[in-house]
Amino acid sequence: MTDVIRFSAARTAAAIAAGELSALEATQAALDRIAKVDDRINAFLHVDVDGALAAAREVDRRRAAGEALGPLAGVPLALKDVFTAQGMPTTCGSRILEGWYPPYDATIVSKLRAAGVVIIGKANMDEFAMGSSTENSAYGPTRNPWDTDRIPGGSSGGSAAAVAAFETPIAIGTDTGGSIRQPAAVCGLVGVKPTYGGVSRYGLVAFSSSLDQAGPLARTVTDAALLHATIAGHDPLDTTSVELAPPAVVAAAASRNLRGVRIGVVRELSGDGYDIGVRARFSDALEVLVGLGAEVVEVSCPHFTYALPAYYLIAPSECSSNLARFDAMRFGLRVGDDGEAGAEEVMTRTRGAGFGPEVKRRIILGTYALSSGYYDAYYGQAQKVRTLISQDFAAAYERVDVLVSPTTPTVAFRLGEKVDDPVAMYLSDLCTIPSNLAGGPAMSLPVGLAEGLPVGFQIMAPAFADDRLYRVGGALEAALEARRGHPFLDDAPAL
Amino acid sequence: MAITRDEIAHLARLSRLALSDEELDTLAPQLDVIIGAVARVAEVAAGDIPPTTHAVPLTNVFRADITRPSLPRTDALAGAPAVEDGRFRVPRILDMDE
Repeated sequence: MTDVIRFSAARTAAAIAAGELSALEATQAALDRIAKVDDRINAFLHVDVDGALAAAREVDRRRAAGEALGPLAGVPLALKDVFTAQGMPTTCGSRILEGWYPPYDATIVSKLRAAGVVIIGKANMDEFAMGSSTENSAYGPTRNPWDTDRIPGGSSGGSAAAVAAFETPIAIGTDTGGSIRQPAAVCGLVGVKPTYGGVSRYGLVAFSSSLDQAGPLARTVTDAALLHATIAGHDPLDTTSVELAPPAVVAAAASRNLRGVRIGVVRELSGDGYDIGVRARFSDALEVLVGLGAEVVEVSCPHFTYALPAYYLIAPSECSSNLARFDAMRFGLRVGDDGEAGAEEVMTRTRGAGFGPEVKRRIILGTYALSSGYYDAYYGQAQKVRTLISQDFAAAYERVDVLVSPTTPTVAFRLGEKVDDPVAMYLSDLCTIPSNLAGGPAMSLPVGLAEGLPVGFQIMAPAFADDRLYRVGGALEAALEARRGHPFLDDAPAL
Repeated sequence: MAITRDEIAHLARLSRLALSDEELDTLAPQLDVIIGAVARVAEVAAGDIPPTTHAVPLTNVFRADITRPSLPRTDALAGAPAVEDGRFRVPRILDMDE
């Protein structure tokens, strides 16, 4: 089974359940692959060899004892380093948490462990999930497996690169403004931001609490659905978690026709600034959707043009407050405690030394936007724009079942290309931010190549209708694969 | 209305963030460009529009008031920068003459 690493998560778990493959073999294959390629990719900040092997042996023991195994039991997974998991460090890609071991498991981690998923290690990320290229990690950038001179997207770039480089079949990321979908798009993966409140944030280190949401990255729509179903559900430890049964995403992923489905193309998320190749692949995919029986119409969401500026007021404002907890008192780095300096001075020195440039930029921006005299004009106005964006979505969903757009305006750009131009970097999230502001779910899936690099197609749905993403995504993926004759990731160059 | 270096220094003090001279020199023009870009929200006529603070409206989230064991003290202190007598050890919080 030399190609175990190329198995989907579903196939890996099925082979383990059938006794054709042990969880230990699957885990060892992932560890061997990481040893072989990760010095070139830098997807992992920490590989938990002992913990992963122990978790795999436990799955094998349960199988041998005749216990029923879940649909992802024994499957290796990369966990974004923004979640607490006991036995592994949690850094959030920041020096301020270097070497910190958390005292409890995030709810997501508890659910993954209970499902027999093998957590291989912690995936690299932009510091505190702020960025679109993973270049803001304090531990060096992650590289795109399709072209190692290019960025893997961000902030969940390590999670995406791990899956695209066949290090693990699935990964967990977080999405505050597109940080699952944009890396999925530029690495040729399926990535889903669930409905806000659908997946617990307990143990997810907060960046922007009203926007952050955890979700799956995978090579297939079905694998994303299996992981989504594993982590979804109400959690009393997260007060923003909703008490609704999670949507039936796994069944929806098996759909193969779209008869009667109304699809709206968002007029405002197209045109100037979008690569010609991205536009061409997007148009091709629309034709495939029509062929599957869907009705495709154009819709207008006029306030989406203001989503990006509203986001870059709301998210930094929330971050400037959330990151106050890194105060050098209870955990993490402490700098300059020389016996002379007082607590405030030590706090100031530590934060200056421990945070990187983008985090500092956003703390300053958020502090400015919340300052008296500017609050109404910036933060207050942005929150009103957020309402108008939600109203645009609501009006569109009276006419259509889902909305679609390109996931990103461009394919993966080169490392270093935008590091000195924050506003250009922020444009990476132009199409993904509206769903974060309104809270609805959204998926990116690969629909082809432009200049030899993956192009992502975004599907958006109303809150709590996550299953619609999987219905449309599952049918589109199957039709594209039938036409192509092989899985999308087979086109990625060998590492 | 350009953001000055002094304003950035003031915001950094409010944020308890030590910034070097080089950082202040870089941040001032960058923040100016970013704020110019985000100020576009002012173009939207939103006078009567209620603000959204949260994507999915939830009110009065309660749970049963059940006693649960708390994190053991040793676990809570395990990641602390400094510990003394089973407590977090912190730098002085008052000035010498207070």
